[in-house]
Amino acid sequence: MRKSFDKHWYAWAMVLPTVIVLGVLVFYPLVRGVLQSFTNLNESNQRDEICTKVLGGAETCEPNPDAAQFVGLDNYVDILTGAQGDFWLQFVNTLVWTVACVAFHFGLGLGLAVMLNREFRFRGFYRVALILPWAVPSFVAAFAWRFIFDERFGVINGALRAIGLDPVSWFEQRWTSLFTAIVANVWLGVPFMMVALLGGLQSINGDLYEAAEIDGASSWQRFVNITLPGLRPVSSTVILLGTIWTFNMFPIIFFVTRGQPAGETEILVTGAYRAAFEGIRDYSLAATYGVLILSILVVYASVYRRMLAKQGEVF
Amino acid sequence: MSGMSAMPPAAVAADPVETVATSRAPRQRRRSERSVLASVGLHATLVVATFCALFPIAWVMLSSIKPASEIRRSEIALFASPTLENYRTLLSDTDFPYWFLNSVIVAAFTMAFGIAMSATAGYALSRYNFPGKRGLMWTFLLTQMFPVAILIVPIYTIMANLGLIDTKASLVIAYLTVAVPFCTWMLRGYFDTIPRELDEAASLDGLGPFGIFWRIVLPLARPGIAVTAFYTFLTAWAEVAYAIAFMQSSRNYTLGAGLQQFVPQFSPRWELLTAGAVLVTLPAAIVFFFAQRHLVAGLTAGGTKG
Repeated sequence: MRKSFDKHWYAWAMVLPTVIVLGVLVFYPLVRGVLQSFTNLNESNQRDEICTKVLGGAETCEPNPDAAQFVGLDNYVDILTGAQGDFWLQFVNTLVWTVACVAFHFGLGLGLAVMLNREFRFRGFYRVALILPWAVPSFVAAFAWRFIFDERFGVINGALRAIGLDPVSWFEQRWTSLFTAIVANVWLGVPFMMVALLGGLQSINGDLYEAAEIDGASSWQRFVNITLPGLRPVSSTVILLGTIWTFNMFPIIFFVTRGQPAGETEILVTGAYRAAFEGIRDYSLAATYGVLILSILVVYASVYRRMLAKQGEVF
Repeated sequence: MSGMSAMPPAAVAADPVETVATSRAPRQRRRSERSVLASVGLHATLVVATFCALFPIAWVMLSSIKPASEIRRSEIALFASPTLENYRTLLSDTDFPYWFLNSVIVAAFTMAFGIAMSATAGYALSRYNFPGKRGLMWTFLLTQMFPVAILIVPIYTIMANLGLIDTKASLVIAYLTVAVPFCTWMLRGYFDTIPRELDEAASLDGLGPFGIFWRIVLPLARPGIAVTAFYTFLTAWAEVAYAIAFMQSSRNYTLGAGLQQFVPQFSPRWELLTAGAVLVTLPAAIVFFFAQRHLVAGLTAGGTKG
């Protein structure tokens, strides 16, 4: 032990600040959050004791008779059976949202990256222009798209009117409303995928393409047999990260659809947030949501890693 | 960016960060002879894509210089009696300047602490083998999965107990939990690309482990540090959920929490929002253009070597 300390003390000293911050502000809250999910904690019963000032300035405290209590799995049962909140509606929304966003991010990002990887005029201009949405903070992008889709003054409905079509009440139906949020998030997320995949494309050995060409492979065959496998290390990472980020993406739904109509477009993260901080603050419900979201993501990430491992990827 | 494109492939390979970051001259594939039709198709697609990428930004900018009455019209007009009135109202009649200042302070502190912590931790993870290293690496990746929903309430109660609600410190601390694990992961990937021989040579010259880190590795890692700076800055600049939950008085809001006040469900004031959006995006865009060259390089270097 002593020897181990002498040998490693500087390494430990260097990671210590980070470990402390993570320990105090990520893992301690995480444990508390998990514990809270087994209680009925909310805004009105969060105090453990009630203190009253008595004459002379002293304070007496006694235990709060209505303090939050341990309720076992009640929150989980309530949520999963739909007795409280709209878990399954939000779950479906989250799935549609995540799959649609990541698919479009990756598909469009890959298409643009392949195009930009060629030599042609104005390539530098296109590259900078296409990356630009990345520089826009996500809540600003959310407001911008909300403005564009605005039912009365928005440019999209204005354009529809101008060509003689009826304007669409985007936020009055579940799927059109979710559609607007997906458009906003796709716009925001494509540049990241594009640049990451462009980096991956440039690391593929050019000789492979020449050899394939000599063997008479068509450009589609080259794409499927050289480009896609060559992109594996990059694409597996960005898809994993992209899925997690999109799943937990808060500001777009929160500001673009705002859950309209009537909460039908909330995803799990925004649903949990509204439970915790809007109306009567139901902290335990939000914590339970959090545990469920985290479990879904951990399961997803480990299945994903196992799939990659089976295909011989070392992520 | 064009300055880097002449870099020979060999030099690029020795420095993976640059490989990804630059648009190096494409290899001669002998299939560059493209038919006119394919060429037109390529440019047409890219023009459409560029239009889609730029239109929302341009539209918000154009709208921000229209008077409110013009924004509230159903016909489309690119320009309509341009004016800077919205900006004037925003800066003098609202709390926007306070939000902006608050955001600058929060982002600056998040950046400073974030860099200090993730650089030291990233260096230790890159150079030393010590008990607990693997576990730590996985922990950092795992924290990426934590939804804001599970941490926000416990962190809120901790801050409330410490009396930090409605202060900038609470936001700085909360943002560090988001930014530090990712930046550590990213910087470790960057440090891995700096040859260890340099450390060894410095060590022979009598520098201790901290001296090597401070005098040798950090100066070489400047591009990586730039990316970390950008990432931590933007994390703080663009965050909304914690900001709305923690900040309670209008003058203490950051931009993320403040801007939404302009667009309540009924009678939104888009003229103020669009002007605010332009002012919020400007600093982010400036920082972004200095860092973007290195950005994804840092990401993929960290990600693929895990």
